[in-house]
Amino acid sequence: MEKILTKNFGLKDSHLLSVYESTGGYGTLKKLFAMQAKDVIEEVKKSGLRGRGGAGFPTGMKWSFVPQDNPKPKYLCVNADESEPGTFKDRYILELDPHRLIEGIVICCYAIRSHAAYIYIRGEFVFPYHRLEAAVKEAYAKGYLGKNILGSGYDLEVVVHRGAGAYICGEETALMESLEGKRGMPRLKPPFPAVVGLFGCPTVINNVETISALPYILENGPDAYRKYGTEKSPGTKLFCVSGHVQRPGNYEVPLGYPLKKLIYEDCGGMRDGKALKAVIPGGSSVPILTAAEAEEVTLDYEGLAAKGSMLGSGGVIVMDETVDMVKSLTNLAHFYSHESCGQCSPCREGTGWSHKILKRILAGEGRPGDIEQLEKNADHMMGKTICVLADALAMPYIGK
Amino acid sequence: MPTLTIDGKQVTVKDGTSVFEAARQNAVEIPHFCYHPKLSIAGNCRMCLVDIEKMPKPAISCNTVATEGMVVHTQTEKVQELQKNVLEFILINHPIDCPVCDQAGECKLQKYYMDHTLTDSGFRETKVHKPKKVDLGPLVMLDDERCILCSRCVRFTDEITKTGELCIVNRGDRSTLTTFPGKQLDNKYSLNTVDICPVGALTSKPFRFQCRVWFLKSTPSICTGCSTGCNININHNDGKVHRYLPRENEAVNQCWSCDEGRLSYDFINEGRLDRPTIHQDEKTVSASAEDAVAEVVGALRRLAPEDVVFVGSAYESNENNAALKKLARELGIETVHYSAHETEDPYFDDFLIKADKNPNRAGVEKLGFQRFSGGTQTKLVVALEGLGKSDLERLKSDEPVLFVLLASNQSDSAEYADVLLPTATFAEQAGSFTNFQKRVQKFDKAFEPEGSVKPAWRWLAEIAKGLGKDWKGISEETLLEESFGLKREDLGETGKILE
Repeated sequence: MEKILTKNFGLKDSHLLSVYESTGGYGTLKKLFAMQAKDVIEEVKKSGLRGRGGAGFPTGMKWSFVPQDNPKPKYLCVNADESEPGTFKDRYILELDPHRLIEGIVICCYAIRSHAAYIYIRGEFVFPYHRLEAAVKEAYAKGYLGKNILGSGYDLEVVVHRGAGAYICGEETALMESLEGKRGMPRLKPPFPAVVGLFGCPTVINNVETISALPYILENGPDAYRKYGTEKSPGTKLFCVSGHVQRPGNYEVPLGYPLKKLIYEDCGGMRDGKALKAVIPGGSSVPILTAAEAEEVTLDYEGLAAKGSMLGSGGVIVMDETVDMVKSLTNLAHFYSHESCGQCSPCREGTGWSHKILKRILAGEGRPGDIEQLEKNADHMMGKTICVLADALAMPYIGK
Repeated sequence: MPTLTIDGKQVTVKDGTSVFEAARQNAVEIPHFCYHPKLSIAGNCRMCLVDIEKMPKPAISCNTVATEGMVVHTQTEKVQELQKNVLEFILINHPIDCPVCDQAGECKLQKYYMDHTLTDSGFRETKVHKPKKVDLGPLVMLDDERCILCSRCVRFTDEITKTGELCIVNRGDRSTLTTFPGKQLDNKYSLNTVDICPVGALTSKPFRFQCRVWFLKSTPSICTGCSTGCNININHNDGKVHRYLPRENEAVNQCWSCDEGRLSYDFINEGRLDRPTIHQDEKTVSASAEDAVAEVVGALRRLAPEDVVFVGSAYESNENNAALKKLARELGIETVHYSAHETEDPYFDDFLIKADKNPNRAGVEKLGFQRFSGGTQTKLVVALEGLGKSDLERLKSDEPVLFVLLASNQSDSAEYADVLLPTATFAEQAGSFTNFQKRVQKFDKAFEPEGSVKPAWRWLAEIAKGLGKDWKGISEETLLEESFGLKREDLGETGKILE
């Protein structure tokens, strides 16, 4: 299979502009500037590209929601606040192929008629940040960013902004609050960012991986992209495999790829000959799969939904038979209660309460009724809050 | 103008109305903590979740716009269950210290628990502990454990006073309300945060621990702190005022009041004149009401109208000034003067606080009173409470033979008076003030004055009676109608602008 996102990963100094250019990088810009913005959106719509941040929303459709008659400036926010436990795909793109992201940014901004993009990068990503900053500088110096890009008359400014360590700032509206200098707390919707986003202006927010797929789509056309993946989940995706496999790491595979194949072939199977117990297939926020489910499921939006889980961010956490499920759930509960922004009552109180019960069970002090209470808490949190952080904790312990 | 169904009833509301407001306009009160009509929507308490047909999840009614054909359920078992569950979450880390909490009796948490829950919580863990007595500023104390993080107070300082002293720090169940480093909650409107706090987290330093709220009686009234005439409720018990709370009047004070105004009630409780006195032989002695009135009647009989000056007051009600005007007219005194409270370098702003600290200057001006300027060389001065400092100096320099003062409180003027008739404050009588907008606003009697204390107009009626005038049937209503052409009942809850 042709690699779309990771094709340069093995090259020496793949992060440098010269290397990127030598593989045809920034070659799509000429084509781009000869196109109408609306035609770019059409191409992306046709490609069927869906958001790789977790929700899987069709990218072209998201762009088309930006009102073009709105006199306010339009913004692109690139979500590089990759913090979902078990996920480390954007980080590799930022470290190894930052120019692919920048080229994608130019394509997206041109399509939505934006002249400013903000890359919100996770604060702990110090090395990726330096790589990205250097790449942005190179791109400015070479005229791929800034005023009058390649003589097209099109201007684009790109700002890299570092987060300060809050998981919730990866939620798109919390990210915007944070960018605006406020506490990172998700906003009420409606209004949606496409209409009222960053600084109150129409905004598109896309994940690093989503944007990085754009140069390929523009260069090769939607049909070439659709060669990979399934009808409803076209293209390729990065899966970050961690846990008890022989070869953990990032794998770019076409959507619809069997999880079993990923674990047993690409990753070399389970470590130390242990049996598979469970898999969290899409980052810690998605429902967990049993071994049996994991061995049947395909890695696409629909395939995972059919098993009651989600594709999410593509963070595949593989657990073998030695894993204590209570301990892993307690670990998750600790994470979500720590990262809850605290604005909605059910999440603020429910995540902390659940964590306390789990800690007690783990310490051997479980009591009759604890499981029922955890189930109740899950039910009382799910779908009752502004964002889905509480749902993310509720889902693994309902386990559906 | 969408028409929707709320609890089986069809209602039509203005475009853009939230489901919450649509329900409220139709007498359905949806439980809520964070929603406040004057603040931006926070949507964080999740208490106002309702069930809307065809929506996949329960929706918060405060942030859901009512649309045509929407079918909303606010009372079903499902919705009650939602409310109960949200409340359980809010209560798990709450100290539930109602017996020692000032908010008890007017606490939304208590009320909703009684309305919706009344069962034990499933919570068996250790509660999160937070700061218990945080001195936020000169007038406001915070108990962070009681705080439910609705952010009303934060939004108030951000959006209404734009002073932004308050913030929430930390995350999750460690979220804590506090002030920004180095800042205090110190603005002219800080006590409004206590009003809008739905629980006992923010308490008013002057009010806390003074009186359980269920002992308080509430009387609609008008603040006398300045000429804005903020609508208030006087909360009182056993003849003592414990606090003012702002009362809603969109055209005057919306639902707010300033700190200075709302704390301006001490004069009702303290420093009162409680009996008539007469100054005789260099001494001030108590007198019976009859003797004091007789003294004034005698002087008015002896003197020609041009030897008498009546001084009304921008601090007194329309009715008391009207009575003074009536007596003047009947005695043939052509001009009635008025005095006013004077404040050096008064604070004012473009919100509620006016530089004129008199509640009724527009009222006395409407009555045609002239600003008192002294220099009249009169023999008798009859004045109402509220004589300004410089006016007193002028009056003293005129050396009247007899100075009659109808006043409620001890003051320099009261000390100088030859005859002192103790009057009721506005809290102890019904009446009205005319604010800076020329809006006549009524206030009710909160409680009876003590002993021989009575409203100024009643003293004036007794003087009139002594002079053989027929003031039978006189009342607050007749005085207002006679002088302002307004019927008291027509003033309504929000007052009436003078033509």
